[in-house]
Order: sequence, then C-alpha cells, then structure tokens
Amino acid sequence: MDDLVIARSLFGTTMAFHIIFASLGVGIPLMILCAELLYQKTKNRDYAVMAKRWTKGIAVLLGVAIPSGTIAGVQLSLLWPGFMEVIGKVMALPFQIEIYAFFVEALFMSIYVYAADRISPAMRILSVTLVALGASASAILITNVHAFEGTPDGFRIENGQVVDVDPWAAFFNPSFFVTAGHVTVSAFMTGAFVLASISAYKMLREKNKRVLEFYRKALMLSLVVGGIFSILTALNGHEAAQLLHEYQPEKLAAAEGLFETQSHAPLAIGGFTDPDTQSVKWAIEIPWLLSFLAGNSFDTVVQGLNDFPKEWWPPLFIHTLFNAMVGIGSFLILLSLIGLVWSKVMKRPAFPRPLMWAIIASGPLSMLAIEFGWIFACTGRQPWVIYRMMKTEDAVTQSENLALLFILFAAIYIVLSIAVVLVLKYYFRRHPVINELASQETGHSNHFTQ
Amino acid sequence: MTNELIAITVLWGFIFIYAVMATMDFGAGFWSMIYMNREKTAATNIANRYLSPTWEVTNVFIVAIVVALVSFFPGATFLLGTVLLIPGSIILLLLAIRSAFLVFAHIAKEYEKVLTYISGISGMIIPALLISVLPITHGEFIETVDGVAKLRMDKLFTSPHEYAFIGFAISSTLFLSSLLLADYSNEANELEAYQTYRRDALILGPISLLMALFIMLTMQDEAPWLYERIMDYLPWLIGSVAMFFVAGAALFLPSAKHQSIRGKPRLAVVAIVIQYFLASYAYGKAHLPYMIYPDVTIQSGFTHPNTFRALFMSYIIGFVILFPGFIYFWRLFMKDKRYLQKNDPS
Ligand code: HDD
Ligand code: HEM
Ligand code: HEM
Repeated sequence: MDDLVIARSLFGTTMAFHIIFASLGVGIPLMILCAELLYQKTKNRDYAVMAKRWTKGIAVLLGVAIPSGTIAGVQLSLLWPGFMEVIGKVMALPFQIEIYAFFVEALFMSIYVYAADRISPAMRILSVTLVALGASASAILITNVHAFEGTPDGFRIENGQVVDVDPWAAFFNPSFFVTAGHVTVSAFMTGAFVLASISAYKMLREKNKRVLEFYRKALMLSLVVGGIFSILTALNGHEAAQLLHEYQPEKLAAAEGLFETQSHAPLAIGGFTDPDTQSVKWAIEIPWLLSFLAGNSFDTVVQGLNDFPKEWWPPLFIHTLFNAMVGIGSFLILLSLIGLVWSKVMKRPAFPRPLMWAIIASGPLSMLAIEFGWIFACTGRQPWVIYRMMKTEDAVTQSENLALLFILFAAIYIVLSIAVVLVLKYYFRRHPVINELASQETGHSNHFTQ
Repeated sequence: MTNELIAITVLWGFIFIYAVMATMDFGAGFWSMIYMNREKTAATNIANRYLSPTWEVTNVFIVAIVVALVSFFPGATFLLGTVLLIPGSIILLLLAIRSAFLVFAHIAKEYEKVLTYISGISGMIIPALLISVLPITHGEFIETVDGVAKLRMDKLFTSPHEYAFIGFAISSTLFLSSLLLADYSNEANELEAYQTYRRDALILGPISLLMALFIMLTMQDEAPWLYERIMDYLPWLIGSVAMFFVAGAALFLPSAKHQSIRGKPRLAVVAIVIQYFLASYAYGKAHLPYMIYPDVTIQSGFTHPNTFRALFMSYIIGFVILFPGFIYFWRLFMKDKRYLQKNDPS
C-alpha cells in the first residue's frame, strides 16, 4: 500500500478512537451537572449518588481521552506537516485557545474529583460547570479547524506562498457556527443516550426496589436530555446540509447520490450509489424533497456530480454513511418521544421490554452516528485536505515505512479499549450502587472519598 | 524585542515549565512504584497524592508546546514533523500507556501493582526520548537525500552525545522529583518519607550534575558550533553550578519545622529550579537563532505577522483568565493540610 493511504488510515483510526472518549468527555460532564443541580433542587440523595458514579466513570474515560487526544494533536503535525504549516500560519488561533479550554477542564476536573469533600456545594457546581464548559469549548475549537478545512477563509495561496492572512476571518469561517454546534449537541446527546443505555440495562437485571428506583431516575433524566439534544442535532444537521449545498456541492451530491444537476431533485433514502448506471440502486426516492431540503424551495437547483471533474468526486459510499447518521438521529428522536409520552403522559410505571431493548441500543447507535458523521465529513472532503486549496497528497509526510506505526498504534488502541472496559467493570462491580445508596441513607455524605 | 524573540521566549517558557513539571510527574510515578511494597512508609502515598491531581495539568503543557511550536514557527513544522515521526510516535505510544495505566492503577486497587509497574517504567523512558529532540536539533543526525529529510537513527543511537542527554534526563527526573517529594512530605509532616526522599536526592544530585558535564564534554566534538556559543555564557553556567551547591547545603541545614530531621527542602527546591533555569537559559540562548541547525532559524520558520499578533493577544487574555484558576488549584493541593495529610488520595 502506498504511504498516503496508510497515513490516512492511521489518522482516521486515531480520530475514530479518540472521538469515542472525547464525545463522552463532552457529554457526560453535562449529565453530571444536571444531576448536581437536581440534587441541590430536590435534595434527593439519589442524584448525588448519580453524580458521584458518573464522575468516577468519566475520570477513567479521561485517562484514555487525554492521551489519545495528545496523540491526535501531535500526529497531525507528524503525518500532515504540509497541512499544519498552513494551519500554523492561518488557523493557529483555535488550537491556541483550545489549550486554555484544556487547562480549565483539567484544573477543575481535578478540583471536582479530589477536593470535592473540602469545597462548598456552590463551588462544586461551579467546578463541574467549568469542566463541562471547558470540554465543550475544546470540542468547538478543534471542530473549527475541521470547519475551516471545508470552508477555508482568511488567506490565499500565491505561488505556493500563504498571503493575505486574516486570522479572525479564518476563525469565523462560514461553517464555524453550524459545524461546531452540530458536534457539541451531538456529543451531549450521545453522553445522555450512553447513560440511558446503561440505566436501562441495569433495570432489566435488577430486582431490588430501591436500586430500580435509582436507575429509573437516571433513565428519565438521560431520556429527557437525550431527547432535547437529538432534536437540536437534527435541526442543526439540516443547516449543515444546506451549508454543503452552498459551499461543497460535490459532497452533497455524493451524499445524496445525485449525478445530474436539476431543480425539483428527489431525495434518495437507502440503497447504494452505482457510478456505472449513475443511479442509487434499491433506494426509496421521494420526489422534490432534496431541492426543498437544500434550499427551502422545490425549484432550488441542486448540482450533481457530473458537473465536477471525476478526480474531484468524493468516494461514493459516503451516501450510506450519511443515511445511517440521519437514520439513527431520526430513530433516537422518536425513541425519546415515545419514552417520555409513555411515562409522563400515560403515566405507566414501567417500559415494555422491546422499548427497554431499544433504549439499550440507543447509546451504541448514537456513538455509531458520530463515527459515521465524521467519516462522512472527512472522507467526503477527499481529495482535498483544505477544500480547493490543498490536496491531501501534498500535505502528507515524506517519511516512509508508516505501516509499522499503523500496526503499533492500532495495537495500543485495542489494548486501551480492552483495559478501559475491564477497569470500569471492575470498579462498578466492587462498588455496587446499593452500597452507596445505603451509606447515603445513614447520612454519610462524604462526597467522593471511598 | 523582535516578534520572533518574543515567540521563542514564550515557547522556551513552556518547555521550561513542562520540563520541571514533567520530571516531577514522571519521577513521582517512578517513586510510587519503587516504594509500593514498603507498607510502613508513606512514601508511595505521598507520591500518589502529588500525582493524582496534577498529571492532567502537566499533560496539557506538552500539548501547549506542540501548539506553540506549530503556531509560532510553522516553517519549522515541516522539517521537525518529518524527522520526528518515529521518535515522536514512540513517545506518544508510551505516553498513552503511561497516562492510562496511571489512572487505571488508582481505580482498580487489586491490580494496582502491575498497573503501577507498567506506568512507572514507561514513565521513565519518556523523558529519555523527549530530551533526544535536543541533540536532533543540533543538526548532525539529519540527512537530506533528494530533498527529503531523514533522521539517521543509527547515527543517533551510537552517539555518546545522545547518551549523555539520556543519562541527564533520567537522573534529573529522579533527582528533581525526589527533592520535590521531600519537600511535599515535609509539608505533610511525613518524616519517614521525608528522610527517604532526602536520601535519594542526595545520591541523585551529584549524578545528574556529572551527566550535565558529560553533555558539555561530548558537545565539544559533536556540536562544536553550539559548544563555542555556550561558552560565551560561562557566567550563567557557573551560577547554575553554584545554585546546585546552595541546594546541597540547604539539605544539611537544621530544619525549621522539626527537631528530629535536617534540611530546608523548600529552599533546596527553589535553588534547583534556579539552577535549571540558568543552565537552560544559557543553552537556549546559545542555540539561537537556530531552531534546527543549520536549516531552520527562528526568522525563517516564523508565522505570519497577523497571526502572531492575534496569538499574542490570546495569550494575554488566556493568562488573565487562567491565573486565578492555577492559584486556587495550588492552594487546594499544595498547601491545604487536609489534603496533604490524607491517607488515600483516590
Ligand atoms: C449523534 C450523532 C449525530 C446525529 C444523530 C446526526 N449527526 Fe450529523 N454529524 C455528526 C453527528 C451526528 C458529527 C459526527 O458530529 C459530524 C461529523 C462532522 C461534523 O461536523 O459533525 C456530522 C456531520 C454532518 C454533516 C456534514 C458536515 C460536513 O461535511 O461538513 C451533515 C450535513 C450532517 N451531519 C447532517 C445531519 C442531519 C441532517 C442529521 C439528522 C438527524 C444528523 N446530521 C444527525
Ligand atoms: C473526531 C472525529 C474524527 C474522525 C472519526 C475523523 C476521521 C477521519 C478519517 C477517516 C480520515 C481519513 C479520510 C480519508 O482519507 O478518506 C480523516 C482525515 C483527516 N481529518 Fe478527520 N476525523 C475526525 C475529526 C477531525 C478533526 C476535528 C479535524 C480537524 C482538526 C480533522 C482533520 C483531518 C485531517 C487533517 C485529515 C487528513 C487529511 C485528509 O485525509 O483529508 N479530523 N479523518
Ligand atoms: C471533534 C472532535 C473532538 C472532540 C469532541 C474532542 C474533545 C476532547 C475532549 C473532551 C478531551 C478531554 C479534554 C481534557 O480533559 O483535557 C480531548 C482531549 C484532547 N484532544 Fe480532542 N476532541 C476532538 C478532536 C480532536 C482532534 C482532531 C485533536 C487534534 C488536533 C484533538 C486533540 C486533543 C488533545 C491534544 C487532547 C488532550 C488534552 C490534554 O492534554 O488535556 N482532539 N478532546
């Protein structure tokens, strides 16, 4: 295999690994904050136990999020030195500001975890708020670099030289707000659904009334938060698609499997794009809908792939990734609505089993949607690393023998994945929730010390 | 001061802070491993109490260094990224193992020993590799063939100069961390741990000084350009050695706090930090204007002036926002008696 392909696979693997822990690092602090606030409001100790257990979990996950992020950050310079040379000249601000966000998160995470029993409740809430803010800010800022790759702004390349640099124009590039918003709300929704999965799973296996009640509270909280943010994700994703229509039309065309430029363009759901027949095979076609989605009117002209030279076409399988992401998003909105109607409107005490299993699937599905979305966004940008400015092949390192590195990094990710699962299982088996509920009842409110 | 000088000063500042924090961090991990089996002393506990809340913050500094390098000197990124691919990747792999297993060790108590060994040992290899970046920037290990730069690993790992740096990195990591932990135990009134760490520091101090001399000795042959320039800063080097002896003396002065022990560890820590500051100032100043000798200078690698201005502003704002956070953190973990004297840091 040539080294460009290995470099792309290596970086993609690193990111696909990091994003699992990073998304939880953004989503779960928000859930902890919600639990802390509910505890202060209701004085119901279950919420304090929830906050404590989720914090333990996130402390373990950060043990992988932080080193894998460090790998991502350094690998960017090691594998794509040509890209980072431009980024350093033009788009350095988000990276720089991200460092401050990391500091805020790291400082207050340590304070929240290791000083919880020495600081006041108000200080604790402030700390966990700052953790959530720091994590979201770091996601927003790094995503901004990704947004810039799709809609670059604030510089020109003349004779191979970077000129006319306006770092703030680059920072506020056209897709910054929408893309950063999408990543943040989708991480919030994923954090919530992952916790919903765990709670639902525990409820199926638990007999003890007291513990069931605890998990039901956790489940309802997660469903509410997950429901809200899945709706926001979809609304904002619609805007992201409209941005593609405006700024990266060939990506939208590939995402929808559209070959001919047309108004009243149909939306193809499912199926596989076939370049030979120039159609999407086995898809359900809804007439006119794509035009409407792209520009809010049926006579919007949507550009098709044939308008672009073939070497600019993104890989056509991104159609499937896009469909899967949108499908999962829609399913999870539906799921949380059904769950909420079931328990709040119909006031049924327990969910039926199929619904429980659907909820158990929600966390993994949500995480999959994130992976699909990212691979869609990054692979769909090919052959560009900076859209219409720099080709990926011109950014890659000139070093050879990347294959060995790929194997080593992949091995580390596998080892860490296994270890993190084992450690989490081990810890929560040794500290069952029943013990904590009991010690809370006898008035032991020692917050985080075991 | 020119923009380039301001930028390289900020970068150098980060590197210095990271060097001090990381030696303490990796060293503490190592000591917590060494003293793990001694049930009676609090030496491991002390090391963990320092380590638990700080490793995340320390890690941010290494990211800050990479970001500052790329954003201030993008022109150096291409060459550095290319030649550091292999050593950089190995550092990343070790760092991942080290950080993750450090966290796991605190959570999974039953497997604490194995996990602590893994993180302690990988943590000792990291400084040795990190410091190798310095001899690489001296230039003689980079070879350009058909316009593509390559790191000559064979030359690097057969060079006494490289080994001098590695020896220095390992011995100073252990030296600085034992000194700091001596001070930390003194604050926490853990006298037995204090004695242990004071003894380690007394052994390791002279070794790391010898290693520093070894670096100078090998530099004469392998990077003569740098050696000549460093000699222009001889007074700084002499000052640095003098601070080393101040620190040594401080460990023998009568203690102000406790009758039964000797030493003023806080004074020793401050003196050693000044020692490293003076020496690295001389090294850095002599290295200028080269970032990578002889191809990349701070001028040739510098970022776009508009970007520099925006970055500089963000540094000032960032500092103002973060400073109170750092103070609060320091007070909670370095000063608060309730934390220092706690038995179990998790
Ligand atoms: C829980 C995860 C999740 C869910 C349910 C959705 N998305 Fe998404 N989507 C992401 C998670 C995500 C992401 C992983 O966060 C991406 C990758 C890059 C990015 O900016 O966000 C993304 C990218 C992304 C892009 C590409 C942006 C680009 O290439 O620059 C579009 C057009 C959409 N999304 C649209 C949608 C729509 C219309 C959805 C309808 C429900 C949707 N997404 C649900
Ligand atoms: C975190 C989730 C992410 C995932 C799963 C992901 C996935 C991928 C994949 C699969 C590739 C290889 C593309 C191909 O060659 O087909 C890639 C390339 C790349 N991505 Fe992303 N990415 C993520 C986030 C980001 C972010 C936030 C940035 C911006 C800093 C980014 C910048 C890049 C760059 C520079 C490349 C290499 C050049 C290229 O192939 O275009 N990625 N990513
Ligand atoms: C959009 C996808 C991403 C999200 C949501 C995300 C989010 C996060 C989060 C929440 C953390 C933990 C922060 C902490 O505790 O300090 C983290 C760590 C990190 N991430 Fe990512 N990240 C993403 C992509 C990237 C990319 C593409 C890079 C590389 C350029 C990167 C670099 C880092 C670094 C360097 C760290 C470690 C920071 C530290 O040392 O504390 N991240 N990320």
